[in-house]
Amino acid sequence: MSDIILETRGLTKHYGGVHALSDANFTLRRGEHVAIMGDNGAGKSTFVRQITGVEQPTRGQIIFDGVEQAFDGPIKAREAGIETVFQNLALADDLDVPSNLFLGREKFRFKLGPFSILDKKAMLEATKAALEKTAVKIPSLSNTIRNMSGGQRQCVAIARTAAFKSKLVIMDEPTAALGVQETAQVENIIRTLKEAGEPLILISHNMRQVFDLVDRIVVFRRGRIVANLRKEDTDGQDVVAYITGAKTGSEYEAA
Amino acid sequence: MSKASHGIGGLTYDPAKKAKPPELNVFLALVLITAAFELIGRLFMGDSFLFNTRENVDAIFNWPRLNIIILQVSIVGIIALGVTQVIISGGIDLSSGSIVGATAMITMSFAQTALVNGNPNPKAIFGEWAMDLPVLVPVVVGMCCGLLAGLVNGALIAYTRIPPFIATLGMMVFARGASRWWSNGNPVSFPTESYASIGKGMMPVVIFVSLAILFHLILSQTKYGKHCYAIGSNEQASRMSGIKVNNHKVLVYTIAGILAALAAIVLSSKNLTAQAGMGMMYELDAIAMAVIGGVSLQGGRGSILGTVLGALIFGVIISGFTFLKLDAYYQEMVKGAIIVGAVVLDQWRQQGRAKG
Ligand SMILES: Nc1ncnc2c1ncn2[C@@H]1O[C@H](COP(=O)(O)OP(=O)(O)O)[C@@H](O)[C@H]1O
Ligand SMILES: [Mg+2]
Repeated sequence: MSDIILETRGLTKHYGGVHALSDANFTLRRGEHVAIMGDNGAGKSTFVRQITGVEQPTRGQIIFDGVEQAFDGPIKAREAGIETVFQNLALADDLDVPSNLFLGREKFRFKLGPFSILDKKAMLEATKAALEKTAVKIPSLSNTIRNMSGGQRQCVAIARTAAFKSKLVIMDEPTAALGVQETAQVENIIRTLKEAGEPLILISHNMRQVFDLVDRIVVFRRGRIVANLRKEDTDGQDVVAYITGAKTGSEYEAA
Repeated sequence: MSKASHGIGGLTYDPAKKAKPPELNVFLALVLITAAFELIGRLFMGDSFLFNTRENVDAIFNWPRLNIIILQVSIVGIIALGVTQVIISGGIDLSSGSIVGATAMITMSFAQTALVNGNPNPKAIFGEWAMDLPVLVPVVVGMCCGLLAGLVNGALIAYTRIPPFIATLGMMVFARGASRWWSNGNPVSFPTESYASIGKGMMPVVIFVSLAILFHLILSQTKYGKHCYAIGSNEQASRMSGIKVNNHKVLVYTIAGILAALAAIVLSSKNLTAQAGMGMMYELDAIAMAVIGGVSLQGGRGSILGTVLGALIFGVIISGFTFLKLDAYYQEMVKGAIIVGAVVLDQWRQQGRAKG
C-alpha cells in the first residue's frame, strides 16, 4: 500500500475561457493534514470540485488510494471514500438533520426503486452517533435546519462526513462564517481527525488556524499552485508573500 | 451526550423541542372559515351552513351539503396531489387542466357503447372495433396520455432547462388544441356502463382519498418523497449530494400527468361525456388548493395533508358562497383573491423565518 492517499497530475479546469485551474500537481500522504491557501478566485474550490466528482476536469489525472479515478459524480467520490464539506455546505434548509446527513445515500427498510421505503429510525440513530463522535450539539434533530445558526449548520455539514467511513476529508473554508466559539469547535473536530490518522485537506484564509492545525501549506494563485511549504520552514509573512504574488516557489517558477 | 463539555457555548440539546406542524394553521383556517359562514348564515340568512335544520330529517349535520363540498373538490383534488409534489420539488405545472381535457376526449373515445337505446351510438368516434371495449382499455389509454404529456413536460424541464412555467404553459396550449382537434370540437359521449361506474356517486371521493393516502405515504416515507423536498429546497445541494436531479424531475412531472389523466377519467365518467373545454382552469384551482394548504411556491415545503385541507377550504368557500346565494362572478373574484392572499401569506412566513 502506497504512502500516498491522493495525487493529482496536471489537473486542469477551464470554464469556457476562464482558466480556473491549471496543471495542478498535488500529493497528500496518509494521515497528513494539508492546508490550501490563496486569494478569492485563486481556484481552491475549483480544485476541490474536480477531485470530488462534482465537476469533471478538462485535463489531468486523479489517483486516489492507488487507483486512477474519473469520478462521474459526487456519489462516486464518496463511495471511494472522499467526504467533503463544501464551501456552500450543500445542505437543504427544509430538511431535518438526519435527512441532510443522509441526503443522496439514504438507508432503506426495503428497496423499491425510487419508491424505496426510508429507514428513518436507523438514520436517526446513526445521526446521533455521528454527532456524538464530533461532539456537536444541535437543538433538535427533528426540526428543519432553516433556523439554525451558521455554526450549527457547519457542524451538521461536518457531522455528515463523520457519519460515513472515509479515507480523506476535505473542508472548504469551514470556519469562514463562524464566531470564535464555533470556530474552536470545528478546530476541535479537525484535531480529532488528526489523532485518528485521517488525512485532511483544509481550505482556509485563517493564518493562525492553519499554523495551529496542519503539517503543510499549499498556495494557489490564479489557478496555479505556487508554493508547497512545510509548516516548520515557513511563517505567516512568507505565506502571504506567496499568496499575493510577491514570491513564487522555486520549483514552480517555470510555470 | 457524554462529551457535552465540547458543545457550542449556550446551546443545549433538547429532543423534545419540536416545531408545531404547519398543517395545524391550515386546519384552524378551515375551522374559522366554516364558522364564519355558519355565523353569517345564522345572522343574515336565518339558516345553518353546517347543521341540519330540516325537521323531517334526523341528522345533526347537513350531510347533503357536506357531501357536495367534498365531492366537488375531489376531482380537482386528484390533480392537486400531483401539483403538490411538483411545487414541493421547486416546479410548477400549468398544463394539468388541459391534460384533463385532452385525456378525457381520447379516453372517452375508447369507452363508448355501441348501442344507445337500441340505436347506433350517435357520437361514435371510431368504428365497430372500438365499441364496448373492456373498461381497462380506456383507463390504460387515458393513463398513457397523461404519462406521455407529463413525460414531455419533465424531459423539457430537465434536459433543455426551459423554466417549468414556460414548458408547462406550452403543454397547456398544445393539449387544449389537441382536445379540440380530436373530434373537431364535438363532444364524445355515451360510455359503457362499466366506465360510467368509475365516477358514479361518491366514487370520486373514494378515489381522491385513496390517492391522497398513497401520496401522503410516498412523500413522507420514500426516497422519492425525500428527494422532492431536497430538490425544491436546494437543487444545487441535491446535485452535489448525488441525487439524480434530472431523472427525478422527469418522474415528478410524469406522475403529475398521470394524476391529471386519472382526474380526467373520473370526471368524464361522472359526466358521461367528454368535451374539449373540460378541465379548463383546473390547473389554477389545483395550485390554489396546494398553496392554501401551505405548499410553498418557493419549493421545499408543504404536504399532502396540507393540500387536502386546502382543498376542503376551497370547497367550503365555494359552497359557502352558494349558500349565501352570491353570484358565480363573486366566487371567481374571491378565488383569485384567495390565491394571491395565500401566496402573500407564504412570503410573510418566509420573511418571518429569515428573521428568526
Ligand atoms: N462554474 C463556473 N463558471 C465559470 N467560472 C467559474 C466557475 N466556477 C468558478 N469560476 C471561476 O474560477 C475562478 C476560481 O474560482 P474558485 O475556485 O471559486 O476560487 P476560490 O475558491 O479559490 O475562491 C474564479 O475566477 C471564478 O470566477
Ligand atoms: Mg472558494
